This record gives sequence, C-alpha cells and structure tokens, in this order.
Amino acid sequence: MATTQVVRSEWTKIRSVASTVWTLSLVVVVTVALGMLISALSKSEFDSMNAQDRAEFDPTFISFAGMSLGQLAMIVFGVLVVSNEYSTGMIRSSLAAVPQRGAFLFSKIAVAGGLALLVGLVTSFAAFFLGQAMLGSHRAEIGDPGVLRAVFGGGLYMALIALFSMGVAAMLRSPMLSLGILMPFFFLISNILGNVDATKKVGRFLPDQAGSKIMQVVTPIDDDTPYGPWGGLGIMGLWVLAALVGGYVLLKKRDA
Amino acid sequence: MIELEGLTKRYGEKVAVNNLSFTVRPGIVTGFLGPNGAGKSTTMRMILGLDHPTAGDVRIDGKHYQQLKDPLTYIGALLEAKAWHGGRTAYNHLLCLAHSNGIPRSRVRDVLETVGLTAVARKKTKGFSMGMGQRLGIAAALLGDPRILMFDEPVNGLDPEGIHWIRTLMKSLAAQGRTVFVSSHLMSEMALTAEHLVVIGQGRLLADTSMADFIDRNSRSYVRVRSPQRERLLDVLHQAGVVAVESGDGVLEVDGGKAEQIGELAARHRITLHELSPQQASLEEAFMQLTAESVEYHAHSETSPASPEPARQQGGDGWKRG
Repeated sequence: MATTQVVRSEWTKIRSVASTVWTLSLVVVVTVALGMLISALSKSEFDSMNAQDRAEFDPTFISFAGMSLGQLAMIVFGVLVVSNEYSTGMIRSSLAAVPQRGAFLFSKIAVAGGLALLVGLVTSFAAFFLGQAMLGSHRAEIGDPGVLRAVFGGGLYMALIALFSMGVAAMLRSPMLSLGILMPFFFLISNILGNVDATKKVGRFLPDQAGSKIMQVVTPIDDDTPYGPWGGLGIMGLWVLAALVGGYVLLKKRDA
Repeated sequence: MIELEGLTKRYGEKVAVNNLSFTVRPGIVTGFLGPNGAGKSTTMRMILGLDHPTAGDVRIDGKHYQQLKDPLTYIGALLEAKAWHGGRTAYNHLLCLAHSNGIPRSRVRDVLETVGLTAVARKKTKGFSMGMGQRLGIAAALLGDPRILMFDEPVNGLDPEGIHWIRTLMKSLAAQGRTVFVSSHLMSEMALTAEHLVVIGQGRLLADTSMADFIDRNSRSYVRVRSPQRERLLDVLHQAGVVAVESGDGVLEVDGGKAEQIGELAARHRITLHELSPQQASLEEAFMQLTAESVEYHAHSETSPASPEPARQQGGDGWKRG
C-alpha cells in the first residue's frame, strides 16, 4: 500500500464534500472580520486608557481577537473530516480499501492538517494586516520584534486546533458528541478555567490557553506564566499528540 | 478463494459467529444462507478485516486481508449497510476508492457504465434510491476488477429488472472463473443463482454442500398415489414392504418411494392408478426446517429433547428471532 495513493485518496475525499469549503471559508471570514472590528474599537478606546493598559497594549494580539470565534469553525472542520466517515458509513468502504488503519488515519490527518495549516496561515496574515490597518497609528509592523513569530504562530495555532479536533473525533466517532464537547470547551470552559484565579494555574495548561501565548507580542506587566510563546505552543502540541495517539489506538482496536 | 478457520465473534455474552470453518472456491457462485441475524454480515465484515475475530482466522488467497496490497484488486465487496458519504457524487466516491488502490480513473467510468449509473454519476448520492445505492455498492465492488467478489444481500431494494441483472452478473462473474460469495436470507433466491451452499444459523455452520446435495438431503421426497382400489393397493404395497401413509381425499403418500416401483407393482396386480407423481417439499421448507432446528437446539436444549414436530413449528419463530 503506497502511502501516496492513500494521501491522494484522502485529498479527493476532502475536496469533494461541501463541508470543507464552508467550514474553512467561515474560518477566514469570521476571524478576519471580527479581528478588524475589535481592532477598530481598540483604536478608538486607546485615548481613554490608563498608563498600564497603554503599556500592555498589544496591537498584534488584538488583531487576532477574531480567532476565539473563528477557531470554532476550524473545530467543525476537524471534527467533520474524521467523524463523517462514521456518520455516513464511509468508514467501511475506506477501511476495506485501506486496511492499514494507521496509514488511513494519518494520511487523512496529514491532508486535513496541511489544509488547515494553509488556511490558518492565510487567515493569520490577513487578520494581522487588515487588523493593523484598522489600528491606524497604534499599529505594529511585521518587522517589529516578535511580530512575525506571532503571526506565523497564529497559523500554527489554527492548524493545531484542527488536529486536536480530529484526534478527539477519531476517539468519539460521533460528530454531535465531538462538537458538543469541543465547542463549549474552547469557547467558554477553557477561557473561564484559564482566567479565574482559583483555576488559573491549571487552566493555562489547557491546549488553547497555552497555544495562544504564541500570538502575544507584548507580555503583560505582572505576567507569571511559566512558559514562553514556543513553550506554550509545545504544550498545545502535546495535547494534540495525545488526542491523535488516543484516536489511533481506538481506531486500531475497534470494529468498524 | 476465501478460507475460514474456526472463525468466532463474541459480543460480550452473545456469540454472533461460532467456530465457522469453510472454504469459498473460485468458478462458482457460493450462496451464504441464514435467517436474518444468523451472523452472515458479521462474517463478511470479518473477511474484510473490518471486525476483529474473537478467535479463528480468515484468509484471502492464503493471506490475511491486512497483508493484501491494494485489496480492492483482490476482493470487492458490497456490504449490506450504506457505505458512502451522501454529499459526494457517485463518481467522486468511486474515485476516492480508486486512488487509494492505484486503480486508473478510466475504470471508474467503466464500472459506472456496467451498473447503469452513468447518467447520475455527477449527482450527490444522498438523492439515490435504494436500488441506485445498491448499484453504486456493486460498482465499488467491481472497481478493482477483483478475482473474488462478495455481495451481502445484493437483491435488497432492487426492482425485478435489477434483480434479474444482478443474478446474471453473478453467474457471469463466476463463469469467468472468479470466486463469488453471496449472502441471502431467501432460499428461493439462492436456488436460482448458487451452485454451492453454506448455511448458518445462530452463527453456527449447518451445511456446507453443493446445491444439488442440499436439495437431496434436506427436502423430503415422496410419491403421491391415487387409486379407486385404495385398500387393495395398500395391501400390495404392504406385502412389498413399502410404507404408505394416507393423507386424506384418498391420497396415499409413499415416503422416499420410487414411482417406477409403485407403478410396476400396481400393474402386476392390475390395480388402476389415477395419479402417480413424485413430489418434493420446497427448498424454502427444507431451509426453514434446517435453521429452525438450530434455533430449537439453542433455545430448548436444556428443557426438552428436540422432536421433529415442534422444530417445524419453531420455524416461523426462528425466522424472526434469528
């Protein structure tokens, strides 16, 4: 079984269903549009800020504000790519054609992950440049220290979110169950756990809390986060790895 | 060639497939018969490596399914349940499968033509009728031009023309020297297509035999005799050691009797016969009797010994339960 054949097959699968186009389009549109809106609002609020807020003002991070919502579309993309196999019955055709389940799953993840990375990078760069345009005189430049890393990291973050969703969907199989857990988790629960004082110490090790550190350029003054931008992304990477290994082990073991 | 060796599948306490061993040979259509839920689909899924056997082994041309390079070119299967994404077109569905096994794109068009779906090739499959879905599944099975074909209940949902088409297709595939393994819960369907028969009930092997042998062994054959000199005929038969049973309306039934023998006996004693006809119980009846016994064996083995009469009555029951 040549891996290139399986990758080609997975690419055909992903480009021949409508959900790919609408989920990924939503990622771009929502992230960029919301980022621009919040950037514009931040600009008008800048003059009324106190000294500390001004010192902590992070134009790069602000232009990524739309990701909190845009990542939900990325989660839907990641979940559907995997769980559609189960909800439609396609999995039986797929595994009869490619009985090497590792090759099947990781080809799918490579193709979908690659596409998510591409769309993530486009989204991230577009959100940055259009967001900065909204910020006017308070904007950051792509050549400023740490900015390119943050923008590039934004794309990586989106890809990792998609990969994590694929791993979870591979474990849970059901699209409704996967979305029902991932959407509220990333939209609400993780944010609460990562920002409430009582749970902060643990909460900031959650995948999105740790991973989004890569998009920060200006570190808050009293910040005591025990990891840096790449360390945070690394923590998120470990979560992704765990989800994918979990998905693979279950796929290997289960009846299709 | 498909070889099963002690194949067993348990779901918790329930045994779906119980120590199945048989071989499916090339060049003929082998029917895989059993009541609904007898374990046919589970067995087929294990052959394809989709379900893991609890015990035992199954090999395709001597290899495990996982060891086959480009498996669709060895064995093509139509499964009972729908196995495609409704949002994808028929053409793209087959193209995905073709790519994964290095099958050329032209083959996709060929099989769509073969099953008669060319006109709807670019339509999303969620709009397909059951019969069209069945044709798409058959197209997928034929895609790799495999030497072995496996069809799970292929006539389900097909119209009479479609049923005729699939029967002809299976026979022609076997005539080309391919291995054709087809499941059904209808004996009548099998009688029309299969040369060899594997019968299972409650996951156990009940028969593995040629269709002709199965008919010989399992269906009751008798001779129906009518005569105005019934009493005299009974005497004569009795003297010759032939057992005849009255079945009302003056009809005698001679179990396992030869019509020739009875006719000659009657002629020698100048007895007039109004009817002398060899009869055979229907295949469907034979099949039901066979599977009903397997049901009874499981359901009542601890309470009462099997007797032929109740076994027969259980037939309808086992049908639904199985």
